Amino acid sequence: MNKIVPVVQMDDIEIGFPGVKALDRVSFRLFQGEVHALMGENGAGKSTLIKALTGVYSIDAGTIVVLGESKRFSTPAESQAAGISTVYQEVNLCPNLSVEENILLGREPRRRGSIDWRGVRARGKEVLAQLHLEHVDPGSLLSEHSIAIQQLIAIARSVEVNAKVLILDEPTSSLDAGEVAQLFDVIRELRDRGVAILFVSHFLEQVYEISDRMTVLRNGCLVGEFMTRDLSRISLISKMMGKEMDVLAELDQAPVRIKSTSNASVVPFIETEGLGRKGSVSKVNLSIYPGEVVGLAGLLGAGRTEIARLLFGADKSDQGSIKIKGKPQKLRSPRSAIDANIGFCSEDRKEEGLIGDLTVRDNLVLAMQASKGWARRIPRRVQDQLVDEFITTLDIRPANPDALIRNLSGGNQQKVLLARWLVTNPELLILDEPTRGIDIGAKTQIQKLVAKLASKGMAVLFVSSEIDEVLRVSDRVAVIKDREMVAEVINDDISEHDVMAVIAGGPE
Amino acid sequence: MKSLLKNRLTWPLVALLALLALNQVFRADFLALRMQDGHLYGSLIDILRNGAPTVLIALGMTLVVATRGIDLSVGAIVAIAGAISCSYIASSSDPSSLATAGTAAAIAVVAGLALGVWNGFLVSVIGVQPIIATLVLMTAGRGVAQLVTGGQIVSVSNDHYKSIGAGYAFTLPISILITAAVFVLAAVLTRRTALGTLIEAVGINPVASRLAGIRARNIIWIVYVFSALCAAIAGLMISSNVTAADANNAGLYIEMDAILAVVIGGTSLAGGRYSLVGTVIGAFIIQTLTTTVYTLGIPPEVTLVFKALVVLSVCLLQAPAARNALRRFRPAPKLPAKEKVAI
Repeated sequence: MNKIVPVVQMDDIEIGFPGVKALDRVSFRLFQGEVHALMGENGAGKSTLIKALTGVYSIDAGTIVVLGESKRFSTPAESQAAGISTVYQEVNLCPNLSVEENILLGREPRRRGSIDWRGVRARGKEVLAQLHLEHVDPGSLLSEHSIAIQQLIAIARSVEVNAKVLILDEPTSSLDAGEVAQLFDVIRELRDRGVAILFVSHFLEQVYEISDRMTVLRNGCLVGEFMTRDLSRISLISKMMGKEMDVLAELDQAPVRIKSTSNASVVPFIETEGLGRKGSVSKVNLSIYPGEVVGLAGLLGAGRTEIARLLFGADKSDQGSIKIKGKPQKLRSPRSAIDANIGFCSEDRKEEGLIGDLTVRDNLVLAMQASKGWARRIPRRVQDQLVDEFITTLDIRPANPDALIRNLSGGNQQKVLLARWLVTNPELLILDEPTRGIDIGAKTQIQKLVAKLASKGMAVLFVSSEIDEVLRVSDRVAVIKDREMVAEVINDDISEHDVMAVIAGGPE
Repeated sequence: MKSLLKNRLTWPLVALLALLALNQVFRADFLALRMQDGHLYGSLIDILRNGAPTVLIALGMTLVVATRGIDLSVGAIVAIAGAISCSYIASSSDPSSLATAGTAAAIAVVAGLALGVWNGFLVSVIGVQPIIATLVLMTAGRGVAQLVTGGQIVSVSNDHYKSIGAGYAFTLPISILITAAVFVLAAVLTRRTALGTLIEAVGINPVASRLAGIRARNIIWIVYVFSALCAAIAGLMISSNVTAADANNAGLYIEMDAILAVVIGGTSLAGGRYSLVGTVIGAFIIQTLTTTVYTLGIPPEVTLVFKALVVLSVCLLQAPAARNALRRFRPAPKLPAKEKVAI
């Protein structure tokens, strides 16, 4: 590998936001033909560093040198022109345009001044083929595809530019194992072609699988740069968290669930029979008891989110029935589910959770306020009390109720959304991918919180694509396959392998 | 100083003050107020009074815009409200009594509310796009007003009715007092209750709002009814001021002025955070411009161009690109401004 001069060299970068120093004299090097992982907890400054490199934020101090030239980016376009291409955590494409238009947006081949649509089609197909996405119709609308495919198309867009530097910010958070493998093939291919790749992910295993070198940040400061093969997982985590190793050694392993006391005689809080929706999922027979965590496991796209949405009335069911506390009930809208004391955190924080331009306070009390109606405003004093309480117990940072929620890091946004439902005291809380894109510290915090809530009598439906996480928190696991519920397993120290076997086995 | 530069009310306010100062330079007695027969007179009072209908309508428009909507029908509602009240007075057996004037106003306001319910129904229940839904009434409304007046300009002579738009109370024009009252009502209605926050939530992210359990339908319905109410009151003011209902010309293009006032005031047409104070400032900028044209003796043929230039410069000052350029001019932090909530 050619490691004489770094493709990107950032020195003593400083960026400050009102009240926060997001980056404090951070240096960073990226070499040609390497996969470099940027590691750190949420709020450590990873996103900020990336945004400095991509021209979204301009830097207060420090220097950026790209391909030997000193640069000062003030717009993303300038960074792109310098050969830096980025795929962000949340897909930033146009859902109402076709796949090929998204891939080539702004760079369409032209003929005599107008767009050469045949050329667009040909080029689109070519790029999709490079990513082994031949089955995707380049003329179809982007919005028709799953988040996973959209993510790959976002990467296709970067491949199309022939970027010198490719930044992947949480590219795998929406992908299943097969898609991750496919992505990694592409990453390796690009690396071998000499592209410098900056890879950000919370999946440790993936980082170890794909990266050659890593830079670790903590609280806006540089911890160090390491060769991946020289740094053990445990020491990496301790560097990210700044905590002692022995505490950590057990942290990620231990089941957090608290064995619920036997409640066989109790009526389930919610019970579904043959629940389904045309074109979505079917044959869902699920019951969740108070004080119990039920996990939904299954491959990406198996129908987990769809089931969660049916139980919250976000989509209307057209098959089967729902009983709540033994009484038949129709859940026609989120409103009616909320009135039945159900809360729901969507997997899509940005589009379906956050009200970005409102403050942490407004977001936190929103569901409670909505159920009281507009006329009965929650008094400011009560709001402040609730917000302070949850900022403390959930460790929301920055601890400023007046901060706009869009300025918080992903993990902290997720905590605010959780708090939004916790203040309403739901009897059933549906969590769809509550730990996606969140660092280990916050992840463990949320898992422990779920266990604690259940021990206090709340029923929880826990949806996650990480089977080990589902097993860590759930009392029972419902297995979804091909848009049907195929099995229900009591979590009696079963292993990840057992669940995989159920998913792999045919439906009886 | 930095936060002052970032506050979205700063530039509209600066523009308004600059316009007023310009007038003062050209006419030394411009800012002077004088008392005559217990009434306040002066150019400032004229601006307030003449701007009252625009301010009223713009207040309603602000809330509609905050939900990602728009209400094009306000001009038509102005015409209908005026037509109904004047026709009622003209055809009543006692056309000059207080009771007649009161009933006429009440009927017109109720009619306005009904039209707002219609708009709100189309948008929130049927799901028609706001610009189309209100275009229906914008087009049909003037026809309705003409039907009510029988195609004539209906003149009335009722001193009580006339006082709505031209009368005085507590030394001030009644129209100013009514407008102030509606402003306070709107401010209290939105900020003392949770309506304001919920309107903003629905405007910023409708999907997330639905999943948080907000009954967006009711919220949206309320804003269209409020907008129509404001338009109906403005219709009373306009017809009362000239003591006649002109179905064709009353409130013509006032929806454009109102939308402009909302935008100048810093509320984005994309919905979300809004500022009622900003809207009021915006409406007064538009009204002051009209006055300025007279003060400066600008020839009528360049009047519209002059207005356009001023509006353009205010909008430019608010545009992020122009702000960034300004900021580069005076180095300051680079994060998007944390915008203050104002009523």
